[in-house]
Order: sequence, then structure tokens, then C-alpha cells
Amino acid sequence: MTRTARAGLAALLAWGPAAHAGQTVVLWHAYRGAEETALTQVVDAYEAAHPDVTVETLGVPYEALASKLTTAIPRDNGPDVFVFAHERVGGWTHAGLLRPVADWATAPSADTFLPASLPPLTVDGALMGLPLASKSVILFRNTDLVPEAPATVDALVASAEAHTGPGRFGLAYEAESFYFHAPWYFGLGGTLAAEPPLVDFTSAPFVDSLAFVDGLQEAHVMPDEATGALVAQLFNEGRAAFVVSGPWFLGEIGDVPYALSPLPAFPSGPARPFMTEEAVFVSATAAHPDAGAALASWLAGPEAAVVRATVGRQVVASAAAWDDPALASDPVLSAFRDQLPDTVPMDNRPQMRDVWEPAQLALKKVLRGDASAAEAGAAAARRLSAITAPTPAPANPTPYLGLLATAVLGGLAVLWRWVAGVRAQGALGDTLRAWTWIAPAMAAVLVLVFVPFATGIGISLFAHDEGTWTFVGLANFRAIVTGQYFPLLHPLGFVYTLLVTVLWTAANVVLHLALGLFLALLLNRKGLALRPVYRVLLILPWAVPNYITALIWKGLFHKQFGAINGLLEALGLQGVSWFSSFPTAFAANLCTNVWLGFPFMMVVCLGALQAIPSELYEAAEVDGAGAWDRFRHVTLPLLQPALVPAVLLGTVWTFNQFNIVYLVSGGEPDGATEILISEAYRWAFTRQERFGYAAAYAVLIFVVLLGWSAVSTRLARRAEEAAR
Amino acid sequence: MSGASEPVGRRASLLATVGTHALLVLASIAALYPVLWVLKIALQPGQSFDNDPSPFPSSVSLEHFVEVTSTTTASGGWLFGRQLFNSLAVSGLTTAVGLLLATSAAYAFSRFRFAGREAGLTAFLLTQIFPGIVMLIPLYILLDLMGLLNALAGLVLVYSTTSVPFATWMLKGYFDTIPKELEEAARIDGASSFYIFSRIVLPLARPALAVTALFSFMTAWNEFILAATLMNDASSFTLPVALQRYVGEYQTDWGSFAAGAVIVSVPVMALFYALQRHLVGGLTAGAVKG
Repeated sequence: MTRTARAGLAALLAWGPAAHAGQTVVLWHAYRGAEETALTQVVDAYEAAHPDVTVETLGVPYEALASKLTTAIPRDNGPDVFVFAHERVGGWTHAGLLRPVADWATAPSADTFLPASLPPLTVDGALMGLPLASKSVILFRNTDLVPEAPATVDALVASAEAHTGPGRFGLAYEAESFYFHAPWYFGLGGTLAAEPPLVDFTSAPFVDSLAFVDGLQEAHVMPDEATGALVAQLFNEGRAAFVVSGPWFLGEIGDVPYALSPLPAFPSGPARPFMTEEAVFVSATAAHPDAGAALASWLAGPEAAVVRATVGRQVVASAAAWDDPALASDPVLSAFRDQLPDTVPMDNRPQMRDVWEPAQLALKKVLRGDASAAEAGAAAARRLSAITAPTPAPANPTPYLGLLATAVLGGLAVLWRWVAGVRAQGALGDTLRAWTWIAPAMAAVLVLVFVPFATGIGISLFAHDEGTWTFVGLANFRAIVTGQYFPLLHPLGFVYTLLVTVLWTAANVVLHLALGLFLALLLNRKGLALRPVYRVLLILPWAVPNYITALIWKGLFHKQFGAINGLLEALGLQGVSWFSSFPTAFAANLCTNVWLGFPFMMVVCLGALQAIPSELYEAAEVDGAGAWDRFRHVTLPLLQPALVPAVLLGTVWTFNQFNIVYLVSGGEPDGATEILISEAYRWAFTRQERFGYAAAYAVLIFVVLLGWSAVSTRLARRAEEAAR
Repeated sequence: MSGASEPVGRRASLLATVGTHALLVLASIAALYPVLWVLKIALQPGQSFDNDPSPFPSSVSLEHFVEVTSTTTASGGWLFGRQLFNSLAVSGLTTAVGLLLATSAAYAFSRFRFAGREAGLTAFLLTQIFPGIVMLIPLYILLDLMGLLNALAGLVLVYSTTSVPFATWMLKGYFDTIPKELEEAARIDGASSFYIFSRIVLPLARPALAVTALFSFMTAWNEFILAATLMNDASSFTLPVALQRYVGEYQTDWGSFAAGAVIVSVPVMALFYALQRHLVGGLTAGAVKG
């Protein structure tokens, strides 16, 4: 935008065309902390200059924002304007979620923004959003330990090794994440391919990069299983000489003297990190596109950029903003800006998202010492080809529609005969009277539970790809039960996951019941002192919302910060890396779920125990029955009617206990602890939105549970009859 | 106890009492420890990380609680207060609507014999095995068509209907245990079904109603995924969605998250405490006597 055009636009906005009168522009973003403060300041300034416009901002966590935008915009419920990284631009453009910049602003000239910032936002030659700021990782160093920046990777490794010792690490970064690992891959000659798959995991650069981090790990230069929190803590305590991280790390550094430098170079070229460009977009279904466009242009403009840079510490894209002395003289921001030419923008096509899961799989395998670099690369390539398998071929819907029509007609016929039968018995009046009591509940459940579920079943016959739905018949089911993408007996294969789910359910229910019954028997002892106190304390886990429970226990099992390893160490034992092997990860999930679930069984047992008349025990005692006999022949049979429904419900709830598995182990290691419901969720929401495939999973879960409850109720009934 | 008068028996019984208390204390510690640990993180100032297994904070500050509760809207309103109100209103209304629907259905299932009774009960039971995740997107579209997106009323509607089947089953079980003689006497005196239901049966079913209300309240109070998908502005968020902000992509603000977790958990704990007497009887009476 030329200066006169900008001035003209500003004047136009400032003096308010009537069309903007009293408009509310909705702005969604994912900023937190200083960046959010900066955005708020900029928006406030805009509102002050435009009294007729109100800006309503909503901050949502990054991943949640992406899914919210994808659902809301096509149905006209989205924002006018939103801020997001460029990585989704390709998919969103093809799904028609974005308004091309050409429709709402003058094309920016070559020097309006930093040169690196526009290509990532361009799809098929059209610019889709205005760039705000670039993010990439850089090398931080503790200048007390390392005064001079290393220019080569060899120098970095040598210096890092020199600063490694007990409890001290030469280099700390989140090594299990491909985002942080990418500099090594690109530095060793790796590229993002022009056609998917974007990363060739069996290529020399990728395998070499795995071997490189394997070497660092072997030399104990890097901490195990580093998370962002651990990296920050090590750096702040002077226990990490180098850190690879991004601008967000600035806010976490305490009083440690530090400096930034570009990532060093391999002989084959500089280590080049990923770059993401955060941009402002105008949504295709914006209610106020003009007012939104004006706000978007302002956010990307130089005045706002200066505030975003100085307050929000952003590496802003506006070229003019860098003329401001405050920015030009800022060593930190300049360091990030100067590295930009040596960064690799993420591909903005949806295929980019397929890369993370396989790459992380390979990195974890290597860092845990489970596989050689070459084996890990091959495993990643296999995972990639599984999750990117082409959608099934379209099927002819006619036979299915015929089937559906027959089913509906058949259902109507059965209903008609039933009504006729009731009428013939003369019971129609009574039946209708009874149903008026039930109708409100039944109607609500039909509309809000059965209809969505039936829709879900319908979805399982379709394949979803970038906003388009194709009818594929039973192809999704076929792919799941024949192990088309994953071998059936391997992690993520259907049979394996089903077995893990069954094991998970059985272990939980048995422990819930055993623990609940045992504690109830203790609590039910005659004349027990402090009974109310114990009861309150033991019910407590039930009262904590289960997503909170899950996050608490994930924290308790944390390798470095977890109290459980702290306890083990206090006892002189070695801390355990809980989520790197199946038995320990499964145990961690189990422990969490047993903790939150035993109070329910305890209360059920307690209620049932209290209802047993004490005369029965007295009579048994008179007959000379011992404690065990009394338990076996009086307590258990009388508990059974209360326990059967509780166990049935408990089984169903545990089978679908998504929160715990997803939040505690997250399926680690390598999807081995995933259960069916969390696997379905991943297909729907973390891998390319395969809604149809996920729905097919859900239908299979339903079928399994239906079969199980039919069998178990029959068994329970038979046992009851036998007892009589 | 048998032989309580003999010294050997007394010693055995003393031993059993000590053993019982030892086991219960151990179990209570296990139940309490994670809760204390969260309280410790919430009370400890700053973002200190250590794996010190002691469940007691080394220093105490309310800064995380202040931070969590003092969020404001763009116009300077008290955002946290608004979100607390949303959570209370949604959960309260869910409980009321859910109970209303469930008690009337449960009464009919318990007292009337009519065509379709078994089918209706089975249909309600079936809903418990529906995997919720497939319903997310259809529900979004449905609520959008009804114009209830981003409206607290939409959440109330969804929550109360999802809690109805379980509530109906529980209440039906309890109604089954209430002797019919009372109702028959009232019917002979000419009382209507509604009169009998509201004046005779409901007061007797108070423990079960309390427990069912608690469950409905908890369903709504703790729900998170649907609320995050359906609500579009911060002033219509419920507390669990607001809490999500502290668990970020790059960093997690554990102190604030823990403080928020404590705040969210306290009302439910208070309800459990208040209702625990009913909880033990209300949950199982139906199954035990039925």
C-alpha cells in the first residue's frame, strides 16, 4: 500500500463512512501474555480513532481456535477477522473460508512487508492474509558460560560437551518435537518436497539428522524428555548453556545473562529452522467485511506493528516499523529478523500436518534408544503412508438408499401393527396416558441424542477430505477391520486397540470393585470411630472434575517434576520414565482412573451393605458361620443386585473413558496405550479431519458395547435365577 | 462380637480395629494426596517446579487465585464473575430441567404398565453406550439450525437431555422401592395421578432426587468439549472452558491452572459433602430392594 493510499484509507476510516456506524467487528486470536496485551492496546487505539466501531476480541488456545474456525465460518458463525499462523492457509483457502486480500485491500508493494513474509500466505498466486509477525527458533546462550556464539554446529557441539556434567546440560530444547528438530534436518540437506509426502523420512538428510540427535543424547548433552518447562528451568538455573527456542522463550527467562545468535552451520549449510508467519485474515462469511478489512489493514500496518514489537515482542512483518529507532536498536528482535532468510516456511497445504506425527514417532524411538536412525526413519515413513492413505473410492449410494427405504418402511409397518395390537387389546388409552408422562423426556432424548447419533452413523458411510464429502459405503469399516492402514495386531491396528481397550476396561472395573468393596466393608464395621471423616475423604476423588484429575496425574507422573518420581527418589530408587514403555504408561492411566473411579463403587457397596438387615448376620452366627462364610453366603448374594447394574454402567463408562487416556498418556508410547475412543478422536481431530473414518470407529465401539451388554445382562439374569 | 468377654477375643477385636483404622488412613492419604498437591501448586507463588513430594507448600501466596479471578472483559466488566455465573446458571438450569423430565418419565416407567415400556427403557439405556465424540459435529449443526449456538440455553438443552436417561433409570429404581399402598389409598380417596406423584411420591423420593440432582449438576459443571465448541465469546464461556486458557500450546501456566482447578472443584466438593448422607442410600436403594 502506498503512503498516500494508506493516508487516504486512514482518513476515510477516521471520519467514518455512514456504513460503519455502530458496527461491531469480531476478532478471534490465540495470543496470550505480552502478545495479547499488545493486541489489546492496538485494538483500543483503533477503537479510540473510530468511535463508531466496536471490536469484540476473543482469545482461544491455538488448536481450539483452528477447529473453532473450521466449524464456525462455513456456517456463518465465525468472526469477521482472525489472527492465525499461515500453516492452515492452503486448506482454508480451498475450503472457501478466507477472503483473498485483493478483495479487501490494495495489493502490498514489494517493500511494505519483509520479503520472507508474503510467500507463506500465498495460495495459487493469490495473497490470502496480511502478515503480522514471523516466528522461528533461534540459539539462546547463557553468556556467563559461553561468551561467544558458535558459528558451526561442530563448535556448538564441542562447547555444549564442555558444559555438560552431572545435572548440567550443554544444550536443552524440546528434542522430541519435529518443529525443534527441523533445523538439523534442513541443515543436513533436507527439503520440503513440492509434492506430498512433504518429508521423505527414509532420505539421507532425515536419517542423518536422527543420527545427529542420537549422538547428542548418547553424550548426555541434552536432558531426557525435555518439555518447555524443563528447558526454561534449566536455563534459568544456569544448568543449560544453550537453548533452542522461539520468541515465546523471552518471557520465561529469569535473571540470566543471555544473548541470541543464528543457529550455527553444518558443512552442508546453515541449520535452518521452520518459520511460521502469523497473519490477519478476513473470513469469507464476515458479517462486516468492510469494517473487518479496515481493522485487519490497521493491525498489519506500521503503527500497530511498532506496538506489537515493543510491547508484544513480536518480530513484525511491517517493513516500515523497523525504521522506528526502538526496533532498529533492539538486539533481540533484530537477531530473529536477520535469521529470516535462513528459515524454511512451513508448507501451507494440509499435507504439512501429516508430517508431525510420524516425525515425532521417529524422534522418540531414537531418543529412547528403541531403534536405530534408519529403523526409526522407516517406521515414520510407514506411519505417514498409513495416515495419508487415499480416501476410498466413491460408492454407488443406490443400494444403500434402497436398504434404508426398506428399513424405514419395515419399521413403520412394525409400528403400525404394534399400535393396532394395542388398540385391539383396548389398552390404547392407558398407553397414551402413560406416554404423556414420558413424552417430554423421550422427545428431548430423541432430538438431541438419537438424531445426532444417527447422523454420526450416516457420516461413517462418507469420506471427508478438505471440506468435501464423498459417499464411500462400507469402505471405512472395511479399512478398519481388515487393517488396511495399520496391521491389525500392531499399535493403532483395530484388533490391538480393541484388546488394549478390553484390558483397560477389565483392569479398571476389577480394581474399582475390589477397592470399593473392601473399603465399604471397612467403613461398615460396627461402631467404627471417625466414620464420617473417612467417608468424606474417600469420596473426594469423585468430586474432582475428571479432566482436572487427568492433568493432575499427568503432572504427578512427570519425569522430572512429578511427585511420584520425587517419592521414588526420596526412597532411594531411580525415577521412572512413565510414558516411554507400555506397562508403565498403562499403569499410569490405570492408576489415575482407579483413583477417580473407586469412590462410586464404594458408595454403591456401602449403600447395599447398610440395607442388609443385621438379623441375617446374627442368624448366620448362631448357625456357627465364620466371618468368611458370612461374607460368602450373606453379604455377596445380597450385594449382587446392587452391583450388577453398577458394574454394567462402570464397564461402559470405562470403555469410553476418553479424557484419562487422551490427557494422561496421550497414547504414548507410539499409540500403544490408545483405546478405541481416543483413536477415533485422533482420526477426527488431529489427523486431517477424517470424520467418516472416525465415525466408523465410533459405530464399531457401539456395536462392541451393544454385544457385550446383551451378553452380560443375559448372564446376570441367569445367575440371578440360579441363585433363587 | 463373638466372645467379646474373653481376653483373647478382646485382643483380636482391638487388633482388627487398629488394622481397620490403619487401612482407612492409608486409603485416605492416597485419596487426599493429589488434591493437596494441586492446592500446593495453586498456593505456591510463581511458576516453581520441583519434584519435592511433600504435599505442603513451602511458601503461601494467593497470587494465582487473584490472577484467575480478576480477569476482565474488554469493557472492564468482571469476566471471571460472569463465567462463574454462566457455570452456575447452566448447571442449575440443567439440574432443574433434567430432573423435571426425568422424574415424570421415571414415575411412569415405575408405576404404569403399558405398551412400549420395555422398549422405552431399553432406548434410554442404549444412550449410555453412544460414544459422545461422533455426536459433536451433528450437535453443532443441530443447535445452529435451532439458533441456539453461542447461547447458554443451547448448553442447558444439551446437558439436560444427556443427563436424562441415567437420571430416569436411577429414579425409576428408587420409585420401585416406595410401597404402592400409600398411593392406592390416595387413589381410593379420589386423588389424581399428578397429585399422588407430586404430594406423595416425590417427598418420599427425596434422597434419590438429591443424588440425581447432584449427578446432573456435575455433568453440566464439568463438561468442557461441547462448551468449548459451541460458545463463541469469552463472556459466554463456562469455567472449564475459561480454565483451558492456562494450558497452552508452548507453555502451561500450572499455578493459575491449579488455582482454577481448585475453584472449579470446590462447589462440587461442597455438594458432595452436603449430600453424602443421601448419596449412600439414594444411589442403591432401587437395586437393593427392587
